[in-house]
Amino acid sequence: MPFLVLNGLTKRFGEHTAVENLSLGVEQGEFLALLGPSGCGKTTTLQMIAGFVTPSSGAITLAGKDLLAVKPAKRGLGIVFQSYALFPHMTAAENVAFGLEMQGIARSEKARRVAETLDLVGLGAFADRYPRRMSGGQQQRVALARALVIQPSILLLDEPLSNLDAKLREEMQIELRQIQRNVGTTTILVTHDQSEAMALSDRIAVMCQGRIEQIAPPHEAYERPATPFVASFLGKTNVLEATVEDGRVILGDGRWPAPGGVASRVRVTVRPEKVAFANGGAPSLAGNVATRIFQGNHWLYQIDTAHGRVTVIRQNSGETVPREGESVGLTWRSEDMSVRPDGASP
Amino acid sequence: MSALEGRSGPRWMPYILSAPGLALFVAIVLVPLAMTILLSFHDWGQYKGIETVFILKNWREIWSDGYFHEVFLRTFRVAFAVTLLTAALGAPEAYILSRMKSPWKGIFLLVVIGPLLISVVARTLGWALLFGGSGGVVNKALLNLGVISSPIPFMFTETGMIVALVHVMMPFMVLSVWAALQRLDPQIENAALSLGASQVTVLRRIVLPQIMPGILSGAIIVFALAASAFATPSIIGGRRLKVASTLAYDEFLNTLNWPLGAAVAVLLLIALVLIIVGSNRIVERRYAEVFR
Repeated sequence: MPFLVLNGLTKRFGEHTAVENLSLGVEQGEFLALLGPSGCGKTTTLQMIAGFVTPSSGAITLAGKDLLAVKPAKRGLGIVFQSYALFPHMTAAENVAFGLEMQGIARSEKARRVAETLDLVGLGAFADRYPRRMSGGQQQRVALARALVIQPSILLLDEPLSNLDAKLREEMQIELRQIQRNVGTTTILVTHDQSEAMALSDRIAVMCQGRIEQIAPPHEAYERPATPFVASFLGKTNVLEATVEDGRVILGDGRWPAPGGVASRVRVTVRPEKVAFANGGAPSLAGNVATRIFQGNHWLYQIDTAHGRVTVIRQNSGETVPREGESVGLTWRSEDMSVRPDGASP
Repeated sequence: MSALEGRSGPRWMPYILSAPGLALFVAIVLVPLAMTILLSFHDWGQYKGIETVFILKNWREIWSDGYFHEVFLRTFRVAFAVTLLTAALGAPEAYILSRMKSPWKGIFLLVVIGPLLISVVARTLGWALLFGGSGGVVNKALLNLGVISSPIPFMFTETGMIVALVHVMMPFMVLSVWAALQRLDPQIENAALSLGASQVTVLRRIVLPQIMPGILSGAIIVFALAASAFATPSIIGGRRLKVASTLAYDEFLNTLNWPLGAAVAVLLLIALVLIIVGSNRIVERRYAEVFR
């Protein structure tokens, strides 16, 4: 049985169902991301685990014990809030020490653990600073240290990096991942940022309208999305309408083997980075370069075809690239596309 | 650079533009204040009236006569008690208000601020009707119920003055604490709870220190207003139980000893300025981190 189990968890606010019949298991030491757009119920789920929101029905067990019977103050979970929620009238060290004080830890051990944890997050020199004198990234680290120092059974991260600028966010992602690996705390991350979820977690639970659409390791969820929603939410994707004849998907001049048993009208999804420009006369989907944008390490193309606009991402490998207005042929490997009967939502 | 120059215009422009306001301020604040200070050094006699000389007679009288000590002591004792009580009642009141749900929040905030719309005189007379003598509603009820054997003295007592002033000053404290509570991170109490703090600890260690600046700035407002209040002390305190402001009024209008009244008024002003500036300094230094 997994370390943390959510079973049939449901939360209704009046008429609105925020979380519906959600079941999920998290293994000890695992880093799980709850990923979804705003209003998908991921934060409500986190708040139910933390105990700030009482579920309408369902159960949460931690190491086999009923967590819902425990008061929030007694759950022993470490939480990093989106706003950090640091205590502004206390120094970094006092902030971190607060949880230990509440446990009645002896002074010498308290001081040792506070210093240790501040070192862990790289803030050893900032112990006596007040939060308002610190940068966003430093405040974030204090919040993390404050949650980790009580040696929580689970670390809950509520959009922890969303208030940082892009460069700092990337640095913190790497650091957060390292710290979590070193400490080995079971961690649940709530985020709407798919790249953050993919960079940090062992598994991603993609949520939509209070339900989990797919739970899978990041690579698997990206390459083999279980539902069209997952496909469109995790990274960019192209959706093309196509017909099937003689067991072949037909897109322009291109032919791809179709999986058995699909309808005659299908939708094809294929990731932008998997689309290549056909060289020579190989049969392909013909199109016209509408826009071409240089983004440093890659080129981003919008290509108009008879089946709609296709986004293509090509590595900037130094080879000559098509210009705007040029005619091109598009092709991809059959294993890189997924085919669904038409009518399913995109 | 050119944009800045274009906006600034001639160097004397700001002075011209602020001249009307400045003239008004000088005419109705600075000049009367200077005249009052000057007046406090003049001489006065029953038959000779005001003599425009420069002597320290009035100041010496205030300094040496125990009666004036008593009045000033009472003024600041009442103001201090009123400040403590408004803080003790107003801070929890503001916290409870801030935790209320949407329709009730607005309604009760209006209930708290509402009294500001009613004249202080009317409100104080209301208290007199409730408590005054043995005929007051509350005293009558308590007497008839046998809870007390003689009416609780309210009129012409310091207790009565304090109770009525607390009621009058409460909105200033509640609004001041309310403003501090609005700046509180809504997640901060949850953060403390998740670290194992009890509800009481959260209030004492997390919420209270953060709204302390609000309580203290509210206290400064309440103290200043209570120490210089006139209507409430004059109605509840009557002619015998005087505070500084009613004393100054009496010297001016009843004894007609304007110079002595002026000295009392100036002393009250100086004492208040010293107390307020002093406590403000301490507050700003102590809570520098929370204020920023």
